[in-house]
Amino acid sequence: MAENMSVVINVNGAGRAVSVEPRKTLADAIREDLGLTGTHLGCEHGVCGACTILLDGEVVRSCLMLAVQADGAEITTIEGIADGDDLHPMQSAFSEYHGLQCGFCTPGMILAGIDVVSRNPDPSPQEIREEMGGNICRCTGYQKIVESVQAAAAVMSAEGGSA
Amino acid sequence: MKPAVFDYSAPESIGEALDLLAEHGSGAKVLAGGQSLVPMLNFRLARPAHLIDVNGVGSLSYISANGSLRIGAMTRLTAVGESGAVAGAHPVIPAAVAEIGHRAIRNRGTIGGSVAHNDPAAELPAVLMALDAEVTARSTDGERVIGMQDLIEDRLFDTTLGDTELLTEIRIPAAAAGSTFGFREFARRHGDFALAGVAAVITTDGSTITHAALGAFGGTHATRLPTAEAALVGAETGDAAFAAAGAGAAADFPATSDVHGTAEYRSHLINVLTVRALNDASGQAGGGNG
Repeated sequence: MAENMSVVINVNGAGRAVSVEPRKTLADAIREDLGLTGTHLGCEHGVCGACTILLDGEVVRSCLMLAVQADGAEITTIEGIADGDDLHPMQSAFSEYHGLQCGFCTPGMILAGIDVVSRNPDPSPQEIREEMGGNICRCTGYQKIVESVQAAAAVMSAEGGSA
Repeated sequence: MKPAVFDYSAPESIGEALDLLAEHGSGAKVLAGGQSLVPMLNFRLARPAHLIDVNGVGSLSYISANGSLRIGAMTRLTAVGESGAVAGAHPVIPAAVAEIGHRAIRNRGTIGGSVAHNDPAAELPAVLMALDAEVTARSTDGERVIGMQDLIEDRLFDTTLGDTELLTEIRIPAAAAGSTFGFREFARRHGDFALAGVAAVITTDGSTITHAALGAFGGTHATRLPTAEAALVGAETGDAAFAAAGAGAAADFPATSDVHGTAEYRSHLINVLTVRALNDASGQAGGGNG
């Protein structure tokens, strides 16, 4: 049994210290040690996109990193994007445009959508489909997800591209 | 779906990493971007006793275009794909990187990791073979330079790197003036591993092909396509030469059958993709140093 290591991760704007085994993935640490269960685990091998988070502002799969690798990093999870009770435009759009059914893929979809719009303020449906091909939804058939991201892009651009 | 126990080290310099490799040797595994190794750890297909995480070795991440193009092994694929220096020197590289997984994968995945992991369906080993790239491997015993061909041989998920060696740099010679490229792959979904794919770099003297280098992936191992190349050099660009090269590519390609497609189908794919890639390359002719 390898000894636990102490790591400090800046999660959604707050520094959090956790003690984890080196073999613990960042996704598991987010859920089990940080108690942020909005990050979902589908496949645990980097295929489904449910565990998508932002690491130092860049979209990554949290199941394909070890928690010890996030020592000193800033991560943003689905819990960190709303402003209090005011939903992020991407969240509002998914609600308004029915971009989810069961909701399992939604945290990853929303963070991936925010990343797409941060790099391309006015993405076409085709560009959204290409960029978000790494996030799998088993309910919706994607049409509503694409519409949600497009609608959010319009709002985010009007607000000055805030991500 | 959780990794087995391992000891973990996170060196901050190449020297520290080499010392750790010398100490732990075959029991150790180097962790680069982790986009292939961490799934293998999660599945327990890989159970190293010791993991040496080189993500903290900042000196392994750089892109330098000064004559030849030199890329540090830990340079992220996003950085490689978005680099103006890389695109200027070898535009086939960003074309290939764009097809690797998805943004979230490319943000973590590294060029050195892709080469060292040597997945037979990976784009970069084949592309770098076509570009006559070399890699630098370092150990506490010193440094050696290995051509991509000698690094890969006929191997899959393995290279000729020694247990105590660390791949530190990929070095790609300057492209011939006027060379153009084509890059084609076929995958069932965007971002999936390709069933077959090919990178073609050709140079012409007017309409006669003076140099052709083709690298293919999606077979049992990454490979050059010598029969296709021989069919091109000295020929006029056009349908006849490209068709001959496509047939040659199918003959050279180490196709294999699996649940995604038969060997026969993959051989057909590489033929078609080679013709298309050559048409792409031919279409760029006159467009400057492509």
